Amino acid sequence: MIADALRDGLAVWPVVIPLGAAALTVLLRHRPTLQRSAMEGAVGLTLAAAAVLVERAERGGPVVMEFGGWGAPFGISFVADLLGAVLCTAAGVVALAVAIFARADVRARRRQAGFDPLFLGMLAAVNGAFLTGDIFNLYVWFELMLVTALGLVTLDRRRVQIDGALRYAAMSMMGATFMLVGIGLIYGETGTLDMAHLSAALVGRAPSVTLTASAYLLLAGLALKAGMFPLFFWLPASYHTAPSGVAAALAGLLTKAAFGACLRILLLVFGLGSGATPVPGLPPLLALLAAATMLVSVLAAIAQVDIRRVLAFHVMGQVAYLVMGLALASAFGSAAAVFYTVHTMLVQTGLFLGAGAIARAGRVYDLRVLGGIMHEHPFFSALFAVLALSISGIPPLSGFWAKALVIDAALRVGTPWSGWLAAIALLTGFLTLYSMSTVWTRAFWRPRPGGERTVRRIPPAMVAAVGLMAACTLSLGLGIEPAVRLSRGAERQLTSNRPPIHAGPAVGLARRTP
Amino acid sequence: MSILLAFVAAALFGAGLYMTLSRHVVRMVLGLSMLTTAVNLVLFQAGRIRSAEPPLIPEGAERLGNSADPVPQALVLTAIVIGFALTVILVALALRAWGSHRTLSTDKMRSAQALGDPLTPEPHDDR
Repeated sequence: MIADALRDGLAVWPVVIPLGAAALTVLLRHRPTLQRSAMEGAVGLTLAAAAVLVERAERGGPVVMEFGGWGAPFGISFVADLLGAVLCTAAGVVALAVAIFARADVRARRRQAGFDPLFLGMLAAVNGAFLTGDIFNLYVWFELMLVTALGLVTLDRRRVQIDGALRYAAMSMMGATFMLVGIGLIYGETGTLDMAHLSAALVGRAPSVTLTASAYLLLAGLALKAGMFPLFFWLPASYHTAPSGVAAALAGLLTKAAFGACLRILLLVFGLGSGATPVPGLPPLLALLAAATMLVSVLAAIAQVDIRRVLAFHVMGQVAYLVMGLALASAFGSAAAVFYTVHTMLVQTGLFLGAGAIARAGRVYDLRVLGGIMHEHPFFSALFAVLALSISGIPPLSGFWAKALVIDAALRVGTPWSGWLAAIALLTGFLTLYSMSTVWTRAFWRPRPGGERTVRRIPPAMVAAVGLMAACTLSLGLGIEPAVRLSRGAERQLTSNRPPIHAGPAVGLARRTP
Repeated sequence: MSILLAFVAAALFGAGLYMTLSRHVVRMVLGLSMLTTAVNLVLFQAGRIRSAEPPLIPEGAERLGNSADPVPQALVLTAIVIGFALTVILVALALRAWGSHRTLSTDKMRSAQALGDPLTPEPHDDR
């Protein structure tokens, strides 16, 4: 019977495990060692549950769980399709790396300040946003994400963190407001909140003012949270104030959760690219946003001297590639965006963790005074170089394939603006390479300016966390074929399962007997 | 009734946005809570303002009769709770900001901006 319940509720395990463990770690707050073990165990279990979901979703279609056995238009359901499952798995790997890094980075004071429950709560919220099938539920997960992220940013209670968190909170609340108005309008028009039902009700419908307003408001809210031009200024104003492990988790999870929701809402609910979308004009707008975000953020990154700020601008530059894939409104473009999302979650986290390790070795994040780390830590320098090359798109790493797939999709579309978009993407890749090689040569290659301060030891846990991410990007690049097959499958499940509302068998914990 | 509520929501949105754009944190917080109230009004109207009859579908019928849709009311309830919690967190942050910066003007609160600013001539030691 327990085995049955485990199997039927599979779609909620990536949310239930971290949420339960978050409560447990609050209870264990006076036993730091036990608390840490509980957190690490929960992260491992979450990753395992997500991996099982991928296997199930690939074999048998979306795994659906209806809470209380209430069918979709009345109850809330979790729909773990391939997209949600794959993104959950990537989130699990990111969380694993952060948990390893935290062994060296999160000391007693940060643990006392509630690192473990907040981190697990954020993981649960991110997984919830990836898996939920209900659009209002999606909003709730985003609010939970915001609350936990604010707690994590202000973990040390320092002045800069309070300042950064205040800016972050105000802008994110604004974004949530936009989203909520969009959800209200769409409900008034259709009378349902379930995304599959919304899709069935909307795709093929004639354009209307309400639908257009709703789609653009949802896009504005999610674009703000994903860090798209022109609503991205909160991101470089707050991410660099967070503790390095936390900044890595934020960079790897939050903007990508917003983009994942964007994929689901635009492709599934509004049928972008299906030829029957009720909201005209989205692809050119998305293309404009992507191009502007790419250029502005990479140029801003080049101007920065603080590693965390450089990386914060690159977070947005990489999000722009995801938006570009979506803007193409083609099957290839969306599949490329899915692959790119997984790649960028892993690599951004690795780079931010690497920045934390650099600051541990060199005491500062400032590229004007860093230097000479390669002499002391050749292995760590190589690992960071792998990640830096991956984000710039050098083969055989996953970044190369991600960029190649997006640009290939743009050239296949063949409209004039998609050609321009491909050119801007190439230029941005080149500028990213310039920016990252500046970071690498300054921090690692050259001798330390001044020379009197020595380079300190880097804890093995930090090297292991960065190494895990470097290994991930390398193996994702070498095993490109299954990865592309998964992302194309995710795209197909998202767009082709529209009319039959749930392709998978409907299961519920409290299944009613017929 | 709907028209009146629409105008009230629009006025709240306008006032809330104006306040949110202010350079003072307390006004910003008040503006954001006004925005949440305005959103709640929009959600409320999504369920149509109808009679006070209970939302029960009669035997044999397919749709709700003359009563209002209860789902948006549940959404409003959820949104009120979430908005309230977030406002409290924002106020707590504002309080801490006053404690550490001795100002609530976002123009003068520049510590995050100064951290790692490329334009400062001296390298900033973070530790």
